[in-house]
Amino acid sequence: MIPASFEYRRADSVEQALGWLSEDPDSTKLLAGGHSLLPLMKLRLATPGVLVDIGRVPGLSYVRDAGDHVAVGALTRHRDVEISDVARAHVPLLAHVAGQVGDPQVRHRGTIGGSIAHGDPASDLPAAVLALDGVLVIDGPRGRREVGAGDFFRGFLETALAPDEVLTEIRVRKAPRGWAFQKFNRRAQDWAIVGVAAVVNGGARVALVNMGATTVRARGTEEALAAGAGIAEAAARAPEGLEPPSDLQGSAEYRRHLATVLVRRALEEATASGG
Amino acid sequence: MSTTVADGPAAGVVGTRMRRREDPALLSGEARYVHDLVVPGALHMAVVRSPYAHARVTSVDLSGALASPGVAAAFSGAELAGEWSSPMPCAWPVTADMQAPSHLPVAVDEVCYVGDAVAAVVASSQAEAQDAAAAVAVAYEELPAAVDLEDAASDRVLAHSGLISNRAYTWELVPDADAVERAFAEAAVTVRERYVQQRLIPAAMEPRGVCVVPQPFGGEYVVYSATQIPHILRTMLGITAGVPEERIRVVAPSVGGGFGSKLDVYAEELLCLALARRLRKPVRWSEERSEAAQATIHGRGQVQEIELAADPHGRVLAVRVRLLADMGAYMQLVTPGVPLLGAFLYHGVYDVPAYAFTCTGVFTNKTPTDAYRGAGRPEATYAIERAIDAVARKIGADPQEVRRRNFIPADKFPYSSVAGLVFDSGNYEAALDAALELVGYEELREAQARRREEGATRLLGIGLSSYVEMCGLAPSRVLASLNYVAGGWEAATVRMLPTGKVQVVTGASPHGQGHVTSWSMIVADKLGVSPEDVEVLHSDTAVSPLGLDTYGSRSLSVGGTAIALAADRLIDKARLLAAHRLEVAPEDLELSAGQFSVQGSPSSAIGLGALAFEAFTAHDLPEGMEPNLEASATYDPTNFTFPFGTHVAVVEVDTETGKVDLVRYAAVDDCGNQINPLIVDGQVHGGIAQGVAQALFEEAVYDDEGNLLTTTFTDYLVPAASELPSFSLGRTVTPSPSNPMGVKGIGEAGTIAATPAVVNAVVDALSHLGVEEIAMPVTPERVWRSIGASAPGTGGGR
Amino acid sequence: MQVTMTVNGETQSHDVEARMLLVYYLREVLGLTGTNVGCDTTSCGACTVLLNGESVKSCTMLAAQADGEEITTIEGMASSEGVLHPIQEAFREHHGLQCGYCTPGMVMAVASFLKEHPDPTEAEVREGLEGNLCRCTGYHNIVQATLAAARAGALAP
Repeated sequence: MIPASFEYRRADSVEQALGWLSEDPDSTKLLAGGHSLLPLMKLRLATPGVLVDIGRVPGLSYVRDAGDHVAVGALTRHRDVEISDVARAHVPLLAHVAGQVGDPQVRHRGTIGGSIAHGDPASDLPAAVLALDGVLVIDGPRGRREVGAGDFFRGFLETALAPDEVLTEIRVRKAPRGWAFQKFNRRAQDWAIVGVAAVVNGGARVALVNMGATTVRARGTEEALAAGAGIAEAAARAPEGLEPPSDLQGSAEYRRHLATVLVRRALEEATASGG
Repeated sequence: MSTTVADGPAAGVVGTRMRRREDPALLSGEARYVHDLVVPGALHMAVVRSPYAHARVTSVDLSGALASPGVAAAFSGAELAGEWSSPMPCAWPVTADMQAPSHLPVAVDEVCYVGDAVAAVVASSQAEAQDAAAAVAVAYEELPAAVDLEDAASDRVLAHSGLISNRAYTWELVPDADAVERAFAEAAVTVRERYVQQRLIPAAMEPRGVCVVPQPFGGEYVVYSATQIPHILRTMLGITAGVPEERIRVVAPSVGGGFGSKLDVYAEELLCLALARRLRKPVRWSEERSEAAQATIHGRGQVQEIELAADPHGRVLAVRVRLLADMGAYMQLVTPGVPLLGAFLYHGVYDVPAYAFTCTGVFTNKTPTDAYRGAGRPEATYAIERAIDAVARKIGADPQEVRRRNFIPADKFPYSSVAGLVFDSGNYEAALDAALELVGYEELREAQARRREEGATRLLGIGLSSYVEMCGLAPSRVLASLNYVAGGWEAATVRMLPTGKVQVVTGASPHGQGHVTSWSMIVADKLGVSPEDVEVLHSDTAVSPLGLDTYGSRSLSVGGTAIALAADRLIDKARLLAAHRLEVAPEDLELSAGQFSVQGSPSSAIGLGALAFEAFTAHDLPEGMEPNLEASATYDPTNFTFPFGTHVAVVEVDTETGKVDLVRYAAVDDCGNQINPLIVDGQVHGGIAQGVAQALFEEAVYDDEGNLLTTTFTDYLVPAASELPSFSLGRTVTPSPSNPMGVKGIGEAGTIAATPAVVNAVVDALSHLGVEEIAMPVTPERVWRSIGASAPGTGGGR
Repeated sequence: MQVTMTVNGETQSHDVEARMLLVYYLREVLGLTGTNVGCDTTSCGACTVLLNGESVKSCTMLAAQADGEEITTIEGMASSEGVLHPIQEAFREHHGLQCGYCTPGMVMAVASFLKEHPDPTEAEVREGLEGNLCRCTGYHNIVQATLAAARAGALAP
């Protein structure tokens, strides 16, 4: 469980991190909380030559009310999102989901930016951000750009983030009511076998955890709801067009079934909470 | 035989819930496990392991490793072959014709499971050793692997090129074949069940660790190991590595749990010893968790077929059992014998007249199996307790009623079983009654019916498990009849120091059980001292040279008895000395609270402490008496002990997702007299959790090529606090007549009882839908599929 | 590289390899072997320590990431006079440990949990300890000890 050797550099600013990244983007990795990267390095499944620690870059840990949306600094820890008054008031889904990631120790170290940038379809926060119509703010050598969450998750552990870019802010649309999160797993500390983040305020957005190579939306369900279908009917269409994985915790067929049940439960709960 | 529901009498400290003496060191972080020992100059070992389940090793290129920074040496299996004077030991060749492949600590030309060692490197740090191990280049020629147990039994693929069959042995216990045939021919009701005992990974929280410190000029080796068996290990290391036994000192420092997985002699222990001898330097190894999953033994791994013949009322007339037991790739210390520990118990707590048991041990290309908490007895209890529920379903009776009809009656003890055992004492119905009351059985049945009527998607299931186990391993003569190569006694010494303090030396080797506390309580009451004044020495062959260690719930009933006997002998000697000092006859003295006083004239008295000082100075001893108050005893039990009880699991099953929540759990256990009920509670709690884990969470999963897929705690689901409820415990007390303290043993009971209770509960929740069997672990997907398969349209699964 | 941090109230400064995990720094460099390693996937929690008063798994942090921070290990819980911390005392009173290997991490996790949940329910305790595995106790007495420590008002040091 000892990582292979690497060079460690601590960045004081995003600019400095970008500079180091540009030197050798393919063998350089950013380190924030380290809760996605270090486990891979300990098993030597990742062996970066250079680690750029951005964990102390100032000014990137915040949850801010920005009018129609809430802006969250990429280095904000899950725990800080969970207990943020701003998040709880305006995006309770995000606060709730942050409190469901991993376990308390993980939430004390892991960051929202790290979780989003890792692009793991089994992670909870990407689904919440997708359901909240999130926008990812990315800084890079070519300047700043904003990418919608729907365009950000590209493939398994693959995102729109280029190797020489840094994710700096996550923006999510306010949704104080009409939300729900369903996480189904066998142990509390595990990744979801299937998870559902739903927002039904002003048109339903339903995002699914572990139902494909990336975090995905339940398009079938969303279309059905838009067309006026009832919850049960819409939920039955949740797995439409999706190719969930088969693994030790569940087959693809079971995941498709779970999606229908969990989406239904999420929609019922979201509607009951004021959707 | 008295049966009560209290904690028992508490004239002294025995029977009280005394806090553990071990705890301050463990709680403060000052306890030292093997990994914590600081040994200057020690080299760190890393082991290169086979990535193939079965392959020929065509070459081992160590050059990359030898060039790696910090490396001291690297060796292939061939280079180390000369270090071994005999193969890895198996102490239990269960039949005279048992087949077993030769097993060396490091494979030479054929690897037989993923994780089989092929080379070892040593370096000045653990990180450098790991770096170097990654640079060893091994060329393999892959061979077909025997992975599935039943497929392996067919010999379609051989697990070892040198074997003519994968079948290692067949062991039978058939007292009267005709009686069994007759019973099945005439039975009104029969059930035939097939159960799979999935492989489990013991997962003691402390991975294994070894550190061997050679003393090249003294000729001795100090072996520090995270082991349950320092004494057995010393003998076996000596035989296998060709080191005279007396030159090896084994020390088991704080050991972080074992559950049977540290009841073994492992390749890494031999490797550290051989490399320390060869390099004349200390060599240490700390196992990593993902390594432990492959390199430490697995438990269970059986396919069971059990048939019951019963009369129309569900009274069982015969039990017939056929097992296939997965040995894995090699025989470890007691691998072949594990199924035999259950062989006598497949009729459970029931008075059954006819019995037939057959077990075939089969090699596969997987990690070797061996003893894991309960070892054979959980498997047996699972089979009979699931099957008795099947009988109850078949005749439409309440499972608790069918149990009652079959129990060995309380007035039939000592009970000679059809399998040839004599059950020491029991009152099974009392424990069942207490458990049903504790859990609120009637109300639960009503709630269950209500939910079914309402068409609820969260159904309630109630599962029973009434168990008896044999523990207190073991009468040596019985072990001989089972072909085990050692005995089952335990040794102890009790001595009083000049200041009246007491030293106890035990051959038991605790790794979490609290022996220091329990042993000092026993001795404190015997000698009238405070437990705090009793020092317990253990787990170091230099201070405790004789012993057979800790496993099989033997420590109290065998090791604790040896201590009580030694204390009695010390008192006998002290009585003679007291009589000499008080100038009375020994039989005129009575001992109370550590004071000998003359009957009828209590003012004439002398305490054991004073006598210890007298015995130490030896200024005025009776003619022929040796100095010091010290006595030893070696106790060989006359019989096993037979703890029993009934556990009740209550589950909620979500029929839409298949999720099972264990919502309530009640356990009534009877382990005879209790030394410390606080410790008994803890053993039961932990045992239940491991039994529940087998039922609902854990399985060592292999793919078709023999790759272990569950090598980490993210894939191998050891439950956390969030997955378990609190447990309601009750107890009945039926002392064992087999030993002077009337104790039985409680280390494995929870694990033995819990697994069938939980699975019975899940099946009970769904039985009205036609569900009769769900394979373990009972995962949500399996539950969902079983509902779909049994009642199309209900759950949607198939 | 040079790292400097406060561990159990004392300033420590050492030159370490960049790849050195915090847990190995504590164990091997500082000799604080109470913090144990039980897995390699951030699952078991045996290595839990407090980082600025909050529980973290020291196997999933580089020593370099703890530079300048304040660490509390199990060795920092009892008073210097040898009096156990109320959480440790509650574990002893309620038999919340057997082999003791998970215990230091469990105690540190409880210390952090009680800071965040001073008056927890049993369900909250069970959820709050989801990141710590124990193989001996079945958790029953750990949960009881945690509830008792909460009643005793035991906050982290």
